[in-house]
Amino acid sequence: MTLLSVKNLRVTFDTEAGLVEAVRGVSFSLGRERLGIVGESGSGKTMTGRSVLRLIRPPGKITADQMEFDGIDLMRASEKQMRALRGPRIAMVMQDPKYSLNPVMKVGAQLMEGLRQRDRVSKAEARSKAIAALEAVQIRDPERVLEAYPHELSGGMGQRVMIAMMLIPNPDLLIADEPTSALDVTVQAEVLSILDNLVKTRGMGLIFISHDLRLVARFCDRVLVMYKGRVVEELAAKDLLHAKHPYTQGLLNCLPRIGGSRDPLPSLDRNAAWAN
Amino acid sequence: MALIEIDNLSVTFTAQGRQVRAVQNVSLNVNAQESFGLVGESGSGKSTILRAICGLAPISGGSIRINGKAIATPRGKAFSRQVQMVFQDPYASLHPRHTIDRTLSEPLAIHGLPGTDQRITKALTDVGLPTNFRFRYPHQLSGGQRQRVAIARALMLEPEILLLDEPTSALDASVQAETLNLLSRLRAERGLTFLMVSHDLAVIDHMCDRILVMQHGRAVEELSRDALAHAEMKTDYARSLFAASADRMLEG
Amino acid sequence: MSTLITWLRDPNPASRLQSKLGQSYLSWLRLRRNPLAMIGLTISLALVLMAVFAPLLAPHDPIAQELSRRLLPPGTAGNWLGTDDFGRDILSRIIFGSRITLYIVLLVILTAPVVGLIIGTIAGYFGGWTDEILMRITDIFLAFPKLILALALVAVLGPGMENAVLAIALTSWPPYARVARAETLTVRNSDYIAAVKLQGAGAARVIWGHVMPMCLPSVIIRVTLDMAGVILTAAGLGFLGLGVQPPLPEWGLMISAGRKFLFEQWWVATMPGLAIFIVSLGFNLLGDGLRDVLDPRSTSK
Repeated sequence: MTLLSVKNLRVTFDTEAGLVEAVRGVSFSLGRERLGIVGESGSGKTMTGRSVLRLIRPPGKITADQMEFDGIDLMRASEKQMRALRGPRIAMVMQDPKYSLNPVMKVGAQLMEGLRQRDRVSKAEARSKAIAALEAVQIRDPERVLEAYPHELSGGMGQRVMIAMMLIPNPDLLIADEPTSALDVTVQAEVLSILDNLVKTRGMGLIFISHDLRLVARFCDRVLVMYKGRVVEELAAKDLLHAKHPYTQGLLNCLPRIGGSRDPLPSLDRNAAWAN
Repeated sequence: MALIEIDNLSVTFTAQGRQVRAVQNVSLNVNAQESFGLVGESGSGKSTILRAICGLAPISGGSIRINGKAIATPRGKAFSRQVQMVFQDPYASLHPRHTIDRTLSEPLAIHGLPGTDQRITKALTDVGLPTNFRFRYPHQLSGGQRQRVAIARALMLEPEILLLDEPTSALDASVQAETLNLLSRLRAERGLTFLMVSHDLAVIDHMCDRILVMQHGRAVEELSRDALAHAEMKTDYARSLFAASADRMLEG
Repeated sequence: MSTLITWLRDPNPASRLQSKLGQSYLSWLRLRRNPLAMIGLTISLALVLMAVFAPLLAPHDPIAQELSRRLLPPGTAGNWLGTDDFGRDILSRIIFGSRITLYIVLLVILTAPVVGLIIGTIAGYFGGWTDEILMRITDIFLAFPKLILALALVAVLGPGMENAVLAIALTSWPPYARVARAETLTVRNSDYIAAVKLQGAGAARVIWGHVMPMCLPSVIIRVTLDMAGVILTAAGLGFLGLGVQPPLPEWGLMISAGRKFLFEQWWVATMPGLAIFIVSLGFNLLGDGLRDVLDPRSTSK
């Protein structure tokens, strides 16, 4: 079943230097599966993710032939309908928990806020749900974390809290924009496996946005490779090593390896034709 | 005799009455024309060591010697002709309101060196930038191009030691490859000594001959490149760091 | 024209001048998209033009008295904004008054922000004792209400336009010092400052060449927003008889003179009041627009 279908999505920014197209005709559809969007900075991957929630600030403008989520036309939905979708049905985890959590509010209060206001549950129930959510992201002492302020948490802990917060309303679709890029390598793996587990057991759709092709390949079923606002290649994650597009191959090969040769790393010759 | 000798270095910051010991009793030696890597996760104190060498962090114990001489405090002009640094974030390390020309000519003006025009043109060519970029502002350049400018700036005074603080971690993978290639080439051409910091073991492995693994401000283990390639580490932490890094390698 | 624009938009400028002008051109384009800022700019430019061409624009001599034509209402032929109690044409007085207003504003702009910028950047850059001493002095100045301090200064120095300017300048630098210091504190620990220090630059070079350019936008914005306040303080001093002396056509002085007839001949005080209002509004709108253009946080993207 298709959860989200996007056809010919475009995001344009009207700046004083003229029109800038950040996303140029991206189409994809997503079931209850894990879709990776990979690209370098400026490829439009983040804009694509944000467009689904219509979170593009002016002067940015979204146009699409079709953008439908579970039968709801996202292009036509009112701002009120969009607010009802953001969070409860489509959730988003951003790169750095430092900027996504309110610094002057305790973690517990932030976790319970949505529950109390949206679902009108009692304080005790909200608290037990918040604790359950923290336990789901493998936080060992949820009671302490509830009483902590965001700056008292480490990066990995903060990102787990973010994931817990996003997953409390049980959304159908999770958009994760570089969820682990700000974290240390040893923590990255943990956070990713937590995310992966939750998505699998709850049968959610996942859009995983990252610059790291290898990482995406391990966690997703399907990968879209973006370059300059376009999708240059779409392929199953297991076929990544047999990628045909020179850009995808270039991205795969340019990382150094431990114990690899000392020769200059293969560089990516950008071909202007890829952008067309 | 090693070119850089760091002996029992400790760095302590005082913030709001609390003392934070960022680096505790770390010793290391870097030989001339060697490339030495410091690797660790955030908060391991690896960048603080570089900042302490430059006089940007308070040294609370131990000593730093370059060419056998204890470094002067404040560092002074002689020091700046010997040691230069490339910072992590090319978006933050170039003055946003200065043109590339101004950024590159500043060190020449400070030291009263002649031949500004030729030197800037040569510096841009050396780091693989077109010379007509000279009067651009940083925001008119991509991240990789900015980092090239930062490298060019560090080399304007022709130092023998280059301190590299995560020079590629803010860059895209393909740009990282180009930047690392550029650094390797410059080191070979000019016989530079690198002291490089990174959280990415693969990058450090590609660039460095010897590696010091750090955690919580302490040195954990020193490894040669061979030992790393064959996963011959003695401590658990170094091994887990290696595992997490190797984990990301998608082996075909 | 089009060759000039291509030259300005050249992505690879050939000289510092061209690249600077190119950046200014982009800022101008950004400013032009903000209609309110353009209104503010138009008002400010109109003020300048009015001051420059005052003798050509004014229908009468602003000081010449004609007692047979005193207190004529607005709309009278030959005196479109009416006349005051000495029969002087109010329109002409307002037009000539713009010279005085502009003169005061320019003198204040050339002194107070410069002093504030220097004190603020030095305090922020060095920190420690330097910061403590300079900022406590600033606090002392800030603790007095501006107009009262200006009044005290004028009372000591004696009334007159130059002394009014001096008094306003002396009372308006502390906010600039605060702004500059705050900006310096955020800039001081940035990598580009560390880089230039590492190249062996001394404190004077770092402050002058590297810190100040970063503080300048906030200070400029603050200046345009404060101009209305400067005009009002000058008018206030004039109103109290401590600033510009009669018969010079200063706007505050004109309001003060018209106060006596406010109920019967309202226009005598209202017309210069409107002039102050429009010009203050113009500077404020321009300041708001400049904030969007110059704020380094919004242009960094």
